[in-house]
Order: sequence, then C-alpha cells, then structure tokens
Amino acid sequence: MNALSDHRKVLALGFKPSSARRVLVYAVAALIVCWSIGPFLWQTSTSFQPDRVLLAATPHFFPYPITFEHFVSIFTEKSFHRYIINSAIVTTITTALCLVFGSIAAYALARLEIRGRFRILWFFLAVSMFPQIAIVAPLYVLASNIGWLDSYRILVVVYLALGLPLVIWVLFGYFRSIPQSLDEAARIDGAKPMRIFFRIILPISLPAVVTTGLLCFIAAWNEFMFALAFTSDINHQTVPVGIANFTGLHYVPWGDIAAASVVVTLPLVILVLIFQQQIINGLTGGALKE
Amino acid sequence: MAGIESRVRVHRPPVFRAGALHLGPVMLLIPALASIGAISLYPVMLGLWLSLRDTSLASPTDTFIGFGNYIQLVTDSQFWGAWTHTMQFTFVSTLLETLIGLLIALVLCEQFRGRGLVRAAMLVPWAIPTVVTSRMFGWLFDGQNGIVNYLLRSTGIIHRNVDWYGSPDFALVTIIIADVWKTTPFMALLLLAGLQTIPESLSEASVIDGANAWQRLWHVRLPLLAPTLLIASMFRALDAFRIFDLVYVLTGGGPADSTEVLSTLTYKHLFSALQVGYGSSLSTMMFITEIAIAAGFSWFLLRKMKEVGQ
Repeated sequence: MNALSDHRKVLALGFKPSSARRVLVYAVAALIVCWSIGPFLWQTSTSFQPDRVLLAATPHFFPYPITFEHFVSIFTEKSFHRYIINSAIVTTITTALCLVFGSIAAYALARLEIRGRFRILWFFLAVSMFPQIAIVAPLYVLASNIGWLDSYRILVVVYLALGLPLVIWVLFGYFRSIPQSLDEAARIDGAKPMRIFFRIILPISLPAVVTTGLLCFIAAWNEFMFALAFTSDINHQTVPVGIANFTGLHYVPWGDIAAASVVVTLPLVILVLIFQQQIINGLTGGALKE
Repeated sequence: MAGIESRVRVHRPPVFRAGALHLGPVMLLIPALASIGAISLYPVMLGLWLSLRDTSLASPTDTFIGFGNYIQLVTDSQFWGAWTHTMQFTFVSTLLETLIGLLIALVLCEQFRGRGLVRAAMLVPWAIPTVVTSRMFGWLFDGQNGIVNYLLRSTGIIHRNVDWYGSPDFALVTIIIADVWKTTPFMALLLLAGLQTIPESLSEASVIDGANAWQRLWHVRLPLLAPTLLIASMFRALDAFRIFDLVYVLTGGGPADSTEVLSTLTYKHLFSALQVGYGSSLSTMMFITEIAIAAGFSWFLLRKMKEVGQ
C-alpha cells in the first residue's frame, strides 16, 4: 500500500503539475462537494425554519429563528413513525433473506463446479435491467388473488427478487478474489461445500457481506413504485410513499417534507460516510473484474 | 423439532455423496432462481398474455383480442408523446451524466489533499431516496420561494421567477437536472475505478515520449476506458429509460403531459383507468425499446472490443 502511494507520488512529481492546474483541481473538487451536498444541506436548514420565514421574499440560508415545529408535526399530526416502522420491518427482513439466498448462490457460482456460470450470472444481470413497471400489473393481479395486497409479505418478496441480482454480483466478485488455496486443504479432507462456505469463506468475507447488506438495505429502503402500487393503508405503507403523500390543504408543507427527508436520510448518509470505501469497492469492483 | 433436525442431518451426507455431485452446487442456486423466477420471469410472461386480452380491474370483461391493444397503441398520440419524452430524457441525461462523470473522474484521478472527502461527499446523492430527491428539487426549484430562482435573480441571470416544473417548457429540463444531480456522482465513481485499472506504465511511457496532458488523455486513457465508458452508459441508459419516481412525485407527468414518460403513463393506465390489458401492452413496448437500446450499445461495444483486439 505504501509502496504504491510512493510510486504514485513519484509519478505525480514526474508530471510536474503546474500551480495553475493545482488551483483548477481544487476548484473543481470544491465545486463537486458543494454540488453533491448542497441540496441536502439546504433541505436540512429548511427543516429548522418556521413556515413564515420559508415563504418570505428573501430566504434565510441559516435557520434563524430556529424551530422544531416541523419535526413535532410529522410525528404527531402525520404519524410518520408508522411509515418508519413499516419500512424498518420490510427492509430488515428483505436484507436478511437477500444475504442468505444471495450469498449461497454467489458462493456456488464463484467457487463450485457449475456449467455455464457466466451465462447464469448474465441472466441475473439482465433480469435486474427489466422495466419494473412490466411486472407491477401481473403481480398486482396475483397478489390480490391470494390476498397479499396491503401486507409486508408482498413487499418483502418483491424486494427480495429485485435485490438478489445486486447481492449475487457483488459477492460473486468478492468470493472469486479469495485464493483457491484457502479451501483446498478442507476440500481434500472431504469437507462438504456448505461446510467450507460457513467455516472458511463466510467468516473471511464478513466485511463484504456487511457492505452488500448495506447496499441491499438502501435499495429496499428507497423503493417507491411497488410500495405505492401494493399498499394503501398507513399500517403497511413505507417511508417513500409517506413522503410522496405529504400534501397541504392550501400550500405544499415544505418544512414538514424537509423534516421528514432529514429524518429518513440522515441515517443513510452517516452509514454511507462510515462505509464509503467498502461501498465504492463493492459497487465498482464487481463491475470491472469480470 | 430438534429430533427431526438431527435425523435430517444424519440422512443428508449420503445424498450429497451419491450421484448428487453435479446436482449439489446447482441446488444452492435454487432459492435465488426460484424467487427471481416467481417475481420477475413469471409476471413478465403473464404480462405478455394480459397484453393480448381486453381485461380491466373495474369490469368483469376478459376476452382474447390478439394484437388489438397494440393496434390501438400505435395510433395513441399519448403513447407516442410519452415515448418521445422518455427517449429525450434517456438520451440527454445519459449523455450529460457520462460527460460530467468523466470530467469528475479525471479530476479525482489527480493526487490532492481531501480526495477521500470528495469521494465520500459524492456518495450522498446516490444514497438519498429518489422520492426525497424529487421533493428536495421541488423545493429548490419552486416557482415562488425556490432558492434557485432567488440565486438566479440575485446574480442577475434572470429578472423574473421561472416556473420551473410548473411550465411545459422547463418541466422536463428540471427533471433532467434532478436526475443528473442524483446519478452523476455514481457514474463518476464507476469511471474512476475504470481509470485506475489503466496501468500507470502506459501513461508514464507516453509522458517520456513527450505527450502532453491532452494527448495523454485523448490517445492513451480514453481509448482504454472506452469499454468501461460504454458499459457504464448502457446501464445508465437502461435505468434512465425506466424513470418513474422522479416524474411521479415532482410533476405527476404534467403540466399538460409535458413530462409524461412511459412508466408513469403505464402506471396511470393500470391503476387509474384500471386497464390491465392495455397497460400491459404498453409495458411490452417498453421492453422492446429496452432490448433495442441494449442491442445498440452491445453492437458498439463489440466493435470497440474488436478494434482493441486487432
């Protein structure tokens, strides 16, 4: 690692970047940061401002006077916690199932004798590119026939199928990168594939599995269309549906919307910042390795 | 319960050993394949079947009408309007996201202090739920109190407030801006990963040969990055083509149908008009267009790969 960065430094010196170029790089970098987090910062600032300030002619960039009325309002008047509970249940079960089904499938594809493994892998990728609207109506008909509308089940089952291709691709790339010599000894001793998976492969892949779980969690947490189509009561609707449904009688309640956005996004943003290196590796590594 | 489990465990090893050697690994794929088959493949087939029927959730009629829905579709101006908007959106947003993403990736390739911070910040738009993005941009681009209007007015770029997503002229533009904001950083990270796989020695060699930065980019790095660039923009285009959340929440397809895209139009046919048959024929047309897009990119990609191979 150190040798590599030294090598890069030497190269960077070799290129002798002019100081004008340095300034340009820093300027663009600053622009990227403002562009990326600016809208969310403004949303956060908005959530702490009273409505009369928000609707004034000149906006306040920083929240003064500061108010918590929007946070109070979303939980007391709009029962926002209901949506959060629904989302938490659906997302947690989905992530757990995705990791179980996806990791054993990825393990089989990456390290066991399977004919046409790449064809199967491409199949998973192709499925994830389907226009999702194409399966909404048939699934709606099926779900209503078996009485699964307005339930957690239907969302879990759908998100499982939507999340599996991602989980399998990311973990496939990772499992492939583990040297064969590691489990060779166990295989020679006659250990069964599942035993090797649980005793050797899974323990050393735990960081990758956690990252993949996080990706899966974010995808399920953010899904909107199926939740909108399949649920119609507050006991099963998820957070995105709740936020989409925030409307006021006379004006759009921008303050409440901002407060709700901050409540559901801040945990994601913090998680992403903590795991940023792993997420970037997981998302980009798998795509480029094969 | 425990008794049954232990008995099962006793019985399993022989099954694995005898003759099941080839079946064994494939068995591990069954849970994943079964859920994808039941939730993705089967409904797609069912959708194809429904698209050939005159069926609705509101009435008991359900008759086979062959290609009747498709014949109606071809003459449906609303469908062609939505198709055009979807293609415009897909083309412009993919192009912008690829170009800006490439620019950002090239900057991030440089060594500078705070690079990790920039990369971390770039993941923020990616992690934010699309519904939240729509509402966020709804507030940013609000026609009366939006901060974008305020900033543009105070810098003198515009003199009167622009009714961004409230006017047919700017609504699609606003949606494209929101989408570019949300997905460009991720595109940049993908391209950055691609750039970093290009061996340093190649750049080094070109520098020794006296190439300047521009020549190095144009003749060394871009040709090597081309496959990554094509694959990344293909997936971006396929994903952009399915756009639903942003449009549904920000404009609902309006004003005056100016932002109606295929997914939102199909959704309305399915859940407002309850026309399952007609809606399914619409989603089949989306499928066909998606396959065409993928085929177009693959053709380019294969040609590019052959070039590199020669």
